Amino acid sequence: MNISVKEWFKSGSPWVWMNAGAVAVSMIMVVGLLGLIAVRGLSHFWPADIVQGNYTQGGEQRVMIGEMVESAEVLTKQLIEAGIDLPETSEYSTRHLMKIGNRDVNGTDFTWALEYYFKDQTRPEMLFAAERHEWGNFYGYLRSVKEAGQEVGRYDDYDKSDAYLALWAELDKRIERVLDIHDDILDIEKGEIGAINYELERLRLKERGLQLDNVTDQRPYDEINQRRKELDQQYEGLQQRLLDLYTQINRDSLTAEVSTGEVVEIQLSKIVRVFRPNDMGVGQKILHYFAKLWEFVSDDPREANTEGGIFPAIFGTVMMVILMSILVTPFGVVAAVYLREYAKQGFITRLIRIAVNNLAGVPSIVYGVFGLGFFVYFLGGNIDDLFFPEAKPSPTFGTPGLMWASLTLALLTVPVVIVATEEGLSRIPRAVREGSLALGATKFETLIKVVLPMASPAMMTGVILAIARAAGEVAPLMLVGVVKLAPSLPLDGNYPFIHLDQKFMHLGFHIYDVGFQSPNVEAARPLVYATALLLVAVIALLNLSAIAIRNHLREKYKALEM
Amino acid sequence: MNIENNSVIPDLDFDTPAARRGRKFRAFKDKAASVGIGMGGISVIIAILLIFFYLLYEVVPMFRSADVQPWQHESKIVEPYAIPGSGETLYLAMEEQAEIGLRVSDLGEMVFFSTVSGNIINTVQADIPADSTVTSFALASEDSHLFALGLSNGQALAFKHEYKSTYPDGKRVILPSITYPLGADPIDINDVSLERLAFNGGEENFALIGGTQDNLKAVFITQTENLFTGEVELEQSTTALPDLGLDIKKLLLMPDLMWLMAAGDNTKMAVVDLRKQNQPVISQVLDASASKITSFELLLGGNAVLIGDENGVVSQWFLVRNEQGEWLMTKIREFETGTASVTDLTIEHRRKGFATIDTDGELRIYNTTANTNVLAEKVVATNASMIALAPRANAALIEEADKLRLLHIDNEHPEVSWSSLWGKVWYEGHEKPKYIWQSSAANNDFEPKYSLMPLAFGTLKAAFYAMLLATPLAICGAIYTAYFMVPALRRKVKPFIELMEALPTVILGFLAGLWLAPFMEENLPGVFVTLLVLPISVLGFAFIWAQLPKQVRWLVPDGWDAIVLIPVIILAVWFSIAISPALEVAMFDGNMRHWLTNDLGISYDQRNALVIGIAMGFAVIPTIFSITEDAIFAVPKHLSYGSLALGATPWQTLTRVVLPTASPGIFSAVMIGMGRAVGETMIVLMATGNTPIMDINIFEGMRTLAANIAVEMPESEVGSTHYRILFLAAFVLFTFTFIVNTLAETIRQSLRKKYGSL
Repeated sequence: MNISVKEWFKSGSPWVWMNAGAVAVSMIMVVGLLGLIAVRGLSHFWPADIVQGNYTQGGEQRVMIGEMVESAEVLTKQLIEAGIDLPETSEYSTRHLMKIGNRDVNGTDFTWALEYYFKDQTRPEMLFAAERHEWGNFYGYLRSVKEAGQEVGRYDDYDKSDAYLALWAELDKRIERVLDIHDDILDIEKGEIGAINYELERLRLKERGLQLDNVTDQRPYDEINQRRKELDQQYEGLQQRLLDLYTQINRDSLTAEVSTGEVVEIQLSKIVRVFRPNDMGVGQKILHYFAKLWEFVSDDPREANTEGGIFPAIFGTVMMVILMSILVTPFGVVAAVYLREYAKQGFITRLIRIAVNNLAGVPSIVYGVFGLGFFVYFLGGNIDDLFFPEAKPSPTFGTPGLMWASLTLALLTVPVVIVATEEGLSRIPRAVREGSLALGATKFETLIKVVLPMASPAMMTGVILAIARAAGEVAPLMLVGVVKLAPSLPLDGNYPFIHLDQKFMHLGFHIYDVGFQSPNVEAARPLVYATALLLVAVIALLNLSAIAIRNHLREKYKALEM
Repeated sequence: MNIENNSVIPDLDFDTPAARRGRKFRAFKDKAASVGIGMGGISVIIAILLIFFYLLYEVVPMFRSADVQPWQHESKIVEPYAIPGSGETLYLAMEEQAEIGLRVSDLGEMVFFSTVSGNIINTVQADIPADSTVTSFALASEDSHLFALGLSNGQALAFKHEYKSTYPDGKRVILPSITYPLGADPIDINDVSLERLAFNGGEENFALIGGTQDNLKAVFITQTENLFTGEVELEQSTTALPDLGLDIKKLLLMPDLMWLMAAGDNTKMAVVDLRKQNQPVISQVLDASASKITSFELLLGGNAVLIGDENGVVSQWFLVRNEQGEWLMTKIREFETGTASVTDLTIEHRRKGFATIDTDGELRIYNTTANTNVLAEKVVATNASMIALAPRANAALIEEADKLRLLHIDNEHPEVSWSSLWGKVWYEGHEKPKYIWQSSAANNDFEPKYSLMPLAFGTLKAAFYAMLLATPLAICGAIYTAYFMVPALRRKVKPFIELMEALPTVILGFLAGLWLAPFMEENLPGVFVTLLVLPISVLGFAFIWAQLPKQVRWLVPDGWDAIVLIPVIILAVWFSIAISPALEVAMFDGNMRHWLTNDLGISYDQRNALVIGIAMGFAVIPTIFSITEDAIFAVPKHLSYGSLALGATPWQTLTRVVLPTASPGIFSAVMIGMGRAVGETMIVLMATGNTPIMDINIFEGMRTLAANIAVEMPESEVGSTHYRILFLAAFVLFTFTFIVNTLAETIRQSLRKKYGSL
């Protein structure tokens, strides 16, 4: 059945199709975005093959070793215009972004390579990659393993052989040992010495406080000094232990041949892990993948946040969100209950309702400005004057920190909780309330025993939505307490355990900071995708659970209304 | 049937003391709860209102005018005291804390005195040769503390007043001293008496210009420090200046030592070009004032001249480069002034401001950038002759008859006025008045440029491009979802798109900045082709679909069209991007970006408004979609059924019945979406270059109010003008979004009411 174009347009169906197209485009955009983040974020942990080849350009020949990070087709003409000598045989040339690592040797760890010049590409099984605490990845051939400068094993060839594997096993063993010692050192430095420093600082403040109070009695001063001496002694002991550990950790080293043929020596203490991706089976690669994934969520960041994990950022986000929900839930619920159950319904309540609704639409940066001005400088400054005069002039609460960030976000999300709770309260049928009152319960008893339990899923929805919003909010946090690298977690073993005045790290800010302020953006990018994926996953999960609870709630009251 | 009731009715007594107590307690609890909840609820609402009032509280002090009061010392008003030292006053100054004053007299006396009592702390007598007297005085600038005395024997002496704070016994003691930047010996300037003198310079290069009105000589002095001995050597060169032909009253030399200004012949100003030191040229002689010039000073930074006259008019002049590349002294602005003759004019040390005192004894304080007169108050009954401001501009010292009077000035934010925030301002060194936002710079004499216009413009530009993408997509999508889509699919699609509203914008910003911006730069033609190909391919597919036999079409039930379209759209986009390089070669000489810049003269930033439009459009789509969808879905079904029953096609029903009914809701959706776009911070922060330019060009970036706050707030000093202006920006954002949202909300509520009756 054929219809003419004119008739077809008259029927209006092209417009319907256009509208359908709009939905489809929106859906594709959403799915595409999530897909992009997921693919880029998840592929980062997969051990990529190391490619070796001869790179000949402009008469110079050199061996290039590295991972192919990205490949693109570029117009040959453009490259020629840029001064690169290429034959005009094909219209396009393939260009690879190579991660060549060895920043300490090469100066940079990324380079562009044209496929045309990159000849004899192989994936030698014996090439190994080492992740290091500094200078990024290392690629090369293992040559020897040394203990206190003495070689314990050596291998000079490039092929897979038992001798090589034996040397590799030796290396593996020694790296394990070094990692153990490394953990011990971290424990002492961060844990025990951190605790001592923390107590010394508290003692200093205590002493200053005594001085400010004009206490002339010598006894408290003596006690402080006594304790200080003890701590100093402990510190000396720990220092000695550290020294021992450092000599132990620096015992072993390896030598390896890099792409230029040069043999370099690397202290094992600088290495996080070594592996030979070209020699790994799928099973090993999967294991490696999960090990890296685990490292990502459980470790501290290395190298200006561009490598390692994001544990402090996850911890900071969670901590801030928990504090925020502790603050926002009671206030939001009380305000909603007041508006719906206690306040006289009329023009004023309608006005307030509109105002509360609209506050959810006020830009978050405005809350940040308010938080900085009012909470940090005004409230915080006054708290410092009243309670922490001994710490002056360095501020305690008069500076951005965890508490103010939580409070600011609580204020930002309180409208969400109010609106959701009110909605829940309004859905509870009148009859239920009246029944309770008729049985002699007071208004408060009705509220506590009947109304609130029934509205609790709505409150949950509100709180979850608030958490989802708070977890993704970055702009206000930049003003009230987030930092790119916090020296310690806001929760630790030192009294008072939760350090509300401390600055903290945050997933969203981590994305902004590493993606845009990092000196080595190329190296950091995969990590940013992974962080973004984690953040999206958390927020999507929270929202989905909120939706599920909301639907459950609706079903429940549908039954009640019958 | 007999049912025997054997149960014993318990004897219930509701009036036992215990029950009564219980009831009382419950009543009390109830009462307490209602009071508690009332208070809690109200306090939360107050806390929310607090945001508004706190922002206002931080903003308001900016618009307060200045205030002057007698200085209080140890809670006693400081009364005027006799002028310390002897002779006629040539110059008055104060140090940082306004505790110590300096008075330079025509006897060569430099007296340091306590500003609160007039007690002399220290007197330094200039080493004047026996047969000569002081004939002239020249100030380099207030903030440099450099000044010079011209002598009747043609020599000059340069001085610097310095202060050192020490804290013996925890109390501050300030020690004033005089140093000699050009050595203690007089410097030969001219062979005639130095009736007029100009002095300026800094670091290594100084110049002194002096003589009589028809015989002026310039001496350029270069200081070089011997690297080995550390000795300072002076190198001098003398040049004779051409005759200005004026009865010179005062000379001013700019700190770059390239321009000399002379006031004379009552109303005239002459400008001498000293850029070639051995060839001074008179570049301009002009009428600078309507009446006799009474004061003539250089503003902070030394680039602008302030002229006060007998009519009480003060005007600001600086060198402006014209199209021929010549620098011409141009009148920039005239200040709102009194009518009495200006007796003295003094410059603020750290801001582009100045104070005048006139023959009526009226003190006036101005700011040049903002063109504001922040204070006009009669402070002296008799004729005042001289005024000095403290470096912090918190105190003024006024000489009246034979007394000195110390005043306290409260003038925190003179830089702000309606015109400096929202109008074009002619800043120093610019060819014409402009809108500029530049809040800080490295040097001290920087003129802060606080025009909010570029930021407001950037905000609206970003919002505009975002809405350009989001509005059609979201509204069309919502129409389809609400009206045509099968319910089963709708239940999936709607939450899915709404879920995107919760997507952190930092992620969108990061993708826009690091992925989309480079991608678009590489495939620029592809992006535009997509815009063209997408609707065509959808229509084309739909037309072909309509030609297909029924059997095929029935495979896809009504309302599933969107799903069928997904592969079509993916193909269309893929096709557009794939032909992009070929297109670039064919039409744009291989590189569209170069073509734009070179052939069309449109500059291209990688992170531009187009990127923002797409990224922020993405953020706004769910908001608009969700509200529009609700509005359309809420249109009562019997309306559309009626229309359909009367023979209208679904599309006619939609456009003539459903959309008009839902239009207020759609309008409010767009408003709320716009509110979100205006206040969005992270996307703009990450996906633009954040340059505050005013250009509608889609290929250039912008800086928005919100991003500006995020960038500059952490660095601004608490309580400073900059800090308060950022609060003002936040306040503007707050009120704008609040008003827009309230409007939208009210419309939505009235819509709901309307349907309630249907």
